[in-house]
Amino acid sequence: MNRARRNIALLAATLAPVWAAAQTQTVEMADRMRSEGKIYVVVAVLATILAGLLLYVYALDRRITRMERDER
Amino acid sequence: MRRSWWKIACAALLAYAVVGGLLLPVPAIRQLQETIRNLYFHVCMWFGMMILFTVSVVHSIRFLRNPALRHDIAAKEYAGVGLVFGLLGYGTGAIWAAYTWADPNNPAYASFGSIVREPKLIGAAMAILAYLAYFVLRDSMPDIDRRARVSAVYNVFAYALLFPSIWIVPRLLPSLHPGQEGNPALNYNDIDARMRLVFYPAVLGWTLLGVWIATLRIRLGLLQEKRWNHE
Repeated sequence: MNRARRNIALLAATLAPVWAAAQTQTVEMADRMRSEGKIYVVVAVLATILAGLLLYVYALDRRITRMERDER
Repeated sequence: MRRSWWKIACAALLAYAVVGGLLLPVPAIRQLQETIRNLYFHVCMWFGMMILFTVSVVHSIRFLRNPALRHDIAAKEYAGVGLVFGLLGYGTGAIWAAYTWADPNNPAYASFGSIVREPKLIGAAMAILAYLAYFVLRDSMPDIDRRARVSAVYNVFAYALLFPSIWIVPRLLPSLHPGQEGNPALNYNDIDARMRLVFYPAVLGWTLLGVWIATLRIRLGLLQEKRWNHE
C-alpha cells in the first residue's frame, strides 16, 4: 500500500467512531435475526457447548480428587 | 471437588457472558456491527493470558527463592494454559480482523499484506513464540532440578519480553487495532458502559476457567511427582 492510501486509511480509522456517532441510524445490525427469535438458537447452541465443556472439566476435577484421596 | 465456590462462580460468569454477550444491547458502530460482541470472547483471551502468565512468573520467582518442585510445576502449568489462551486470542483475532479490517475494494492479498504488517500481530506472535521456547527449553533438559532452575530464569525473561512486544511497541506504530492511544477495552472512550456490564464479568469468568484447568494440571503433576518419589 502506498503512503497516501495508508494515510487515508488511518484517517478513516480515527474518524470512524465520530462518523459512527453521526450516523448510528444507518448501521446494519442483526435486528431481523433478533425479531425472528433465531438468535435464541445461537444462544442455545453456545450455552450447550459451554455446559458440556464445564461438565467435562468438573468430571476431571472429581477424578483427580479421587486419585488424590487414593494416594494418601 | 476442592474449594468449589469459585468454580461455580466461573460457570455462572461464563453462562452470563455467553447469554448476555449475545442478547444484551451493544452500540451500533459502522464496520464492526454485531462483531463488536467478540469483545466478550477475543479480548478476554488476552486478559486471561496476561493474568495466567503473571501467576506463572510469580511461581517461577518463588521457585528461585525456595527451590521446591511444586513451584516449578505451578509455573509450568500456568504458562501452558496462558499459552493456550494466547493462541486462542491470536486465532480469534485473525478471524475478526479478516472480516473487519480487510478492504473490500482491494484484492484479498493486498488486505492480507496490510494485516500481516500489523505491529500488534507481530508483537503477539513474538510473545507466543517466546513462551513456546519456554516449553522447548524445559523439555530439552532431562535433569529435573536443572530444568526447573533454568526454566524459572527463562520464564522471568519471557515475561519481561511481553512488555515491549505486546504493550509498548504496538502503541508506538500506526495500527488498525483499536485502543492505539491507551489501553484497548479499558479506555473510557472506546468501550460503552453497557458493554462493561458484560465485559468485566466475562474477563473474570474466562480467567477463572483458565485457573481451574491450570490447578487440575498442577494437581496431576504433583500426583505424578509423588509417584516417582515412591518408586
